[in-house]
Amino acid sequence: MSAPTATASAHAHVEHHELGFVRTYIFSTDHKMIGRQFMFMGLFMMILGGLLALVVRWQLAWPETPVPGLGMILKDTGGILEPSTYNMAFTMHATIMIFFVIMPILAGGFGNYLIPLMIGARDMAFPFLNMLSFWVGALAGVLILAGFFVEGGHAAAGWTSYAPLSAVPQYTGVNWGQNLWCISLFVLGVGSMMGSINYITTIINMRAPGMTLFRMPLVIWSLFITAILLLLALPVLTSAVAMLLFDRTLGTSWFNPSGGGEPLLWQHLFWYFGHPEVYILILPAMGIASEILPVFSRKPVFGYHAMAFSMIGIAFLSWIVYGHHMFVSGMNPALGMSFMITTMIIAVPSAIKTFNWLGTLWGGRIQFTVPMLNALAFVSMFVIGGLSGIFMASTPVDIYIQDTYFIVAHIHYVVFGGSIFGAFAALYYWYPKIFGRMTNTLLGHLHFWPTFVFFNLTFFPMHIIGVGGQMRRIYNPMQYEFLQHQQHWNVFITYSALLLGLSQIPFVINFFWSLFAGPKAPMNPWNATTLEWTAPSPPPHLNWGATVPTVYRGPYEYSSPESTTTDFLPQTQPPRTRAGVSRH
Amino acid sequence: MLNWWLPENVSTYGQEIDSIFHLIYWITGVTFILVTGALLAFIIIYRDRPGRRATYTHGSTPLEIAWTVAPALILVVLTFLSVPAWSRIKMTLPESDLLIHVTGKQFNWEITYPGPDGRFGTADDKTFLDEMHVPINKVVRIQLRGREVIHSFFVPQFRFKQDAVPGRDIMQWFEVTKAGKYEAPCAELCGFGHSGMRAWIYAHTPEDYAKWAAENLKTAAGTPPAGPAAAETTDGKTEGKPKS
Repeated sequence: MSAPTATASAHAHVEHHELGFVRTYIFSTDHKMIGRQFMFMGLFMMILGGLLALVVRWQLAWPETPVPGLGMILKDTGGILEPSTYNMAFTMHATIMIFFVIMPILAGGFGNYLIPLMIGARDMAFPFLNMLSFWVGALAGVLILAGFFVEGGHAAAGWTSYAPLSAVPQYTGVNWGQNLWCISLFVLGVGSMMGSINYITTIINMRAPGMTLFRMPLVIWSLFITAILLLLALPVLTSAVAMLLFDRTLGTSWFNPSGGGEPLLWQHLFWYFGHPEVYILILPAMGIASEILPVFSRKPVFGYHAMAFSMIGIAFLSWIVYGHHMFVSGMNPALGMSFMITTMIIAVPSAIKTFNWLGTLWGGRIQFTVPMLNALAFVSMFVIGGLSGIFMASTPVDIYIQDTYFIVAHIHYVVFGGSIFGAFAALYYWYPKIFGRMTNTLLGHLHFWPTFVFFNLTFFPMHIIGVGGQMRRIYNPMQYEFLQHQQHWNVFITYSALLLGLSQIPFVINFFWSLFAGPKAPMNPWNATTLEWTAPSPPPHLNWGATVPTVYRGPYEYSSPESTTTDFLPQTQPPRTRAGVSRH
Repeated sequence: MLNWWLPENVSTYGQEIDSIFHLIYWITGVTFILVTGALLAFIIIYRDRPGRRATYTHGSTPLEIAWTVAPALILVVLTFLSVPAWSRIKMTLPESDLLIHVTGKQFNWEITYPGPDGRFGTADDKTFLDEMHVPINKVVRIQLRGREVIHSFFVPQFRFKQDAVPGRDIMQWFEVTKAGKYEAPCAELCGFGHSGMRAWIYAHTPEDYAKWAAENLKTAAGTPPAGPAAAETTDGKTEGKPKS
């Protein structure tokens, strides 16, 4: 293994003062601990979000029968979901998965963990603000959990919380649940702003010597762009939920026409945030795939600049496509035509990325490790999620499939098939660095294969029942004559979803077993080139010894003819000839 | 032609939607097979074997240009094919002397016809709950409104969907080509009674419709069969409580 030069081999203890338990594990300002805290928060909430999904699925397959295990909670009905409880379950499933699982794990967890390590910084630009951003996020998590215990139940107006349904307590029968939903997302928005400012500042100002912008790994590009979207998009939601809360509690009428408000204003604000949000969820996963595919293909990423610029293009376009959520909302149909054009355009950078991932695999030496399998699953599932989006982009077709299960299938192919497989790939790939231990490969396969199979068996048939007309968010499909003939699909999907849930058990076992009993991880177990693999596993406080690494080349120098001994050249490896040889 | 799980279409413009739908099926289907086929081929052909060394390349500008331009062209074509249908369905309003007011409320559709005087907003308006009668082969204009929250009037077999928004009147149209009884569910979450909120649309032959109208719309002020619903109010709060 080629020694990382002039960096980690240095020995000195840089200001090695011991921090107490509280400063190390709880109120830590170390980006690595904060990243782990975000990951644990996301993984914990994922259990809750997943169980809520299974409750929803049970009701759709076997309507109005007792949900096993729910009799303890819903004592009045013996475990049978009432329509209001059902609405709460799908509302909170989506809210939790989007705001408290995917965002904390990808943007919060991996953003925090990877940015300083991969650009060669000792920590974030504002470590205290970083700590505050986690604890503000944790407070938002507590507030969202509190909503389950208040009278009237939790928010039940959908994760989109369309006003006026969400704006007047009587319309849903939910009072404090929806208020807490607003307050929690407001608090989360404040925390996210702290985090995004931190990420942007760190990436702009704190890169190691030689780490030019176009030598940054693509996952850092993706997190950089995600942070910009977070900074600009989330405050719109933060303001909107404050306005909604004022409508509910202070008697304002932003969204309620009976007081002079405008219902569509909520939708414009929500989707102005909501569409960039989709890219906030998927861009980090795209970056993760762009990181893992080259490592296990032993090849430079295909079209590095095209990859970076297509992400910038996606970020820019994501501001002007949001109206495609509102084609049949009553918005001026001429505007719908404009949004159709921009939506079609945004498919192009996504296509460019897919083709470049294929180009990366082409001619490679592909190693089927567990992170690689998850990254390949990400690519193939993102293809399906991207292609199904074209149906909705076409305004006439959207008239029919808007608000059906087709869109439910589409969003799950993007955020589960995309973001969650990306998160799994990242967890398996960086686990050795983060926790200093290797994960178990057999358990990894036992997790990946059933997850991949049952994911598809769960979500692919949703396209079919969506085309058949089944609306989203209905309590009982059997109430509609035109849906009864396809009820067997709902049963099939629920069985698959239950098995998909069970498939996560090997992951939980692997995660905790490896934490204590996994083999010790070497510094660079995957023979990767980027900077985090030049720090010990796990990296100490401040990441490197006496000096931070110096960067001499791009991040994907695999199988370069320049190296005769190994098939990879770390970013810290100086060129053999005179300076200024490397390509990027 | 294969129906691809779509319910039967019985409206004039539904065929246009379905044909774009089928076209996208083919485009995305072929793309999916090509991309996934390439992915599978690559991971089989280029799998790690002893002695194999990966090709060292950073990309190819001609390829980047090709796979930027090709999808862009396909999408431009798709956009141009979608514009006429969208424009005909949502941006134009064919002439018709039949206008029906549809108001979504928690959790019913109020279907209102002008009474014998042919005008809305008068005492002889006829309002039916969850029941609409229309003639086939004739443009039906409907004016949509939400009472307290947003609903969405969805008629799967007409390929019709439009949100009904409180505070604004939205004019839409459809033309049915086949007599029958069709379901019109609410497609936008509107509260705990959302599921099951649905109207029945009876599409009659012109003769049958004339007969139905004579019996139900032309009578002097009186009680229509389904019972009159409350006069339209703009105050959402009075309608806040659901029926059950």
